[in-house]
Amino acid sequence: MTQQISLPGSAMDDPGSEQLGLFLYQMQLLRRFEEKTGEMYTKGKIRGFLHLYTGQEACAVGALNALREQDQIVTHYRDHGHALARGVDANRIMAELFGRVDGLSGGRGGSMHLYDVSKGFLGGYAIVAAHLPLAVGLGLAARMQKEDRLALCIFGDGSVGEGEFHEALNLAALWDTPVIFFCENNLYGMGVRFAESLSTQIPKLAAAYNMPAVSINGMDVLEVYRETRKAVEHCSAGNGPYFIEAMTYRYRGHSMADPELYRLKDEIEQYRKRDAIEALKQHMMERGMLDQAGWEDVVRRVDKAVDDAVAFADASPEPGLDTLYGNLMAEPTDD
Amino acid sequence: MAAMTVIEAVRATLDEALGGDERVFLLGEDVEAGGVFRATEGLVAKYPGRVLDSPLAESSIIGLSIGAAHYGMRPVAEIQFADFIHAGFDQLCSEASRWSYRTRGDSWLPMVVRTPWGGGVHGGQHHSQSIEAYYAHMPGIKVVAPSFPADYRSLLKAAIADPNPVLFLEHKRTYRLVKQEMEGAPAEEVIGRARITRRGEDLTIFAYGLMLHESLAAAEQIAADGIDAMVVDLLTLNPLDRETILEAAKATGKVLIVHEDTLTGGLGGEIAAIIAEHAFEHLDAPIRRVAGPDIPPMPFHHTMESFFMPDRAKIAAAARDLAAY
Ligand SMILES: Cc1ncc(C[n+]2csc(CCOP(=O)(O)OP(=O)(O)O)c2C)c(N)n1
Ligand SMILES: [Mg+2]
Repeated sequence: MTQQISLPGSAMDDPGSEQLGLFLYQMQLLRRFEEKTGEMYTKGKIRGFLHLYTGQEACAVGALNALREQDQIVTHYRDHGHALARGVDANRIMAELFGRVDGLSGGRGGSMHLYDVSKGFLGGYAIVAAHLPLAVGLGLAARMQKEDRLALCIFGDGSVGEGEFHEALNLAALWDTPVIFFCENNLYGMGVRFAESLSTQIPKLAAAYNMPAVSINGMDVLEVYRETRKAVEHCSAGNGPYFIEAMTYRYRGHSMADPELYRLKDEIEQYRKRDAIEALKQHMMERGMLDQAGWEDVVRRVDKAVDDAVAFADASPEPGLDTLYGNLMAEPTDD
Repeated sequence: MAAMTVIEAVRATLDEALGGDERVFLLGEDVEAGGVFRATEGLVAKYPGRVLDSPLAESSIIGLSIGAAHYGMRPVAEIQFADFIHAGFDQLCSEASRWSYRTRGDSWLPMVVRTPWGGGVHGGQHHSQSIEAYYAHMPGIKVVAPSFPADYRSLLKAAIADPNPVLFLEHKRTYRLVKQEMEGAPAEEVIGRARITRRGEDLTIFAYGLMLHESLAAAEQIAADGIDAMVVDLLTLNPLDRETILEAAKATGKVLIVHEDTLTGGLGGEIAAIIAEHAFEHLDAPIRRVAGPDIPPMPFHHTMESFFMPDRAKIAAAARDLAAY
């Protein structure tokens, strides 16, 4: 059901082995990080609502690596992977999930509301689709300031039913704003099948608002990377927004609390056979870019990074209640 | 400078802001043509590309402002009527209000949302609402509701300069109702201060917007009977100026709170609570409220509308009662 609505791509240099190595490392990092957060949740180290990204790694790694330093990112609540792929410090992400002082927002945000302004990572949003207009505002600012900077706006398939999805797409196209709308279609919004919540196909909706719209294989990091690079070129050239639907799949439940009564184990197994990390590993091995020892090294490095993140988070103190009222309001500055 | 109406004060301030700071831009429905109340008239010709007609998408008008404000712009959004702002409630209350807090000051939002509110213009259900209580309830958004043209100027200027989201409420009935002489540049005014507009010894009336003018008129009426009312213009509804509220309440020991918004859950309850908590021993009478009745919409028919709206007669009657207590 992936439907191509437009744009044959420009010839794009394929990423070299070094970059593929980075993709592989990052995807493994995202995978292992989430397995670990799931474990920490079960141990009671992480509380509240936790949505794991396992299975969707190719989307974050392909898309975020296609961006430039000056670009901005807003995303939804399933945001750990996007933050990691943007290079946000894994230690501080884990500490935030633990709710500790060294977390990205010192325990104010938690899992669904990560941010790191210094990385242009403007946050996870847990109101479905509320961040879409915000992305258009970021794009509008770039356009008005005549700066080559774009906003990558990541959201799930559940967003397309919200009014703000439509408002934002219309405005982005109408005002020629540099925004990449990146929809991770993992086929479910909580327990509801995507096919049961939209009367049409997503790229058709986007195309109706007059922007290039493609549906791609979100389990293939190279395809995601190439397509997002195309989108970056498109936006950077002043051509307005670009829409990507990445077909993907989450291996775990919607959140840790999901008993997953709406799908069969067999469906998950079918998707695991198309696992993005396995696919890239194969790809690299077939081309002599990776051998078993190299892979084991990736695994070792990732395990260490994740263990370090847990140790860092665990060692970080709980926030004092004296921090509760800080930064409620911004103070006037002279700028 | 000659006398200015409220709408002229708003327009002049927007003009000065656009002229003085490249980062300021206006967006909203019909703002290029001047808007329903003509607040932005003539501005697009003077500042092309910085006065933007948006589609009818209130949520996105506010959401876009957040994104643009984060990146160094100073958006001043107009929601055509306050009644339409609720589609953007989530953007203001769930996103903008906590931006500084969630980023612990790494980013801030210098944005203003202006909107005409209030009744008395036969607008009926969907063009007369008082919306302030919903938004003033939210920490992290400043809510300003001036009464006099000079305050519109100085507080709108302050709102545009403020690094926080400000909801700037313009009472539509007062747009052309009140005129005020103004000399030179607007006074430097700080958001968050109430003002004692009329000194008096027998009781204290708190009000804002159109009701401030009605309260002043009521004070003159009862003065003829020898009752001397103090009148306080609240000006900012969030954060409330507790200091001035308490000072004014203690000064007379009798408190009358007036708002056009419906009674239950209105701001009057909050003001009464502040006084009851911190000035109880100074009170000589129960706190009184004059407010809109608990009816969902302001009715259209002029007699019913008048019944709904507090006015100088109702305020004067309540004030006489209170003075006699
Ligand atoms: C405005 C709003 N409505 C409902 C919810 C509750 N909710 C949280 S996630 C979710 C499903 C969203 O699915 P999708 O966008 O496909 O993202 P996914 O979880 O699949 O990554 C829902 C209904 C919400 N957070 N916000
Ligand atoms: Mg989904």
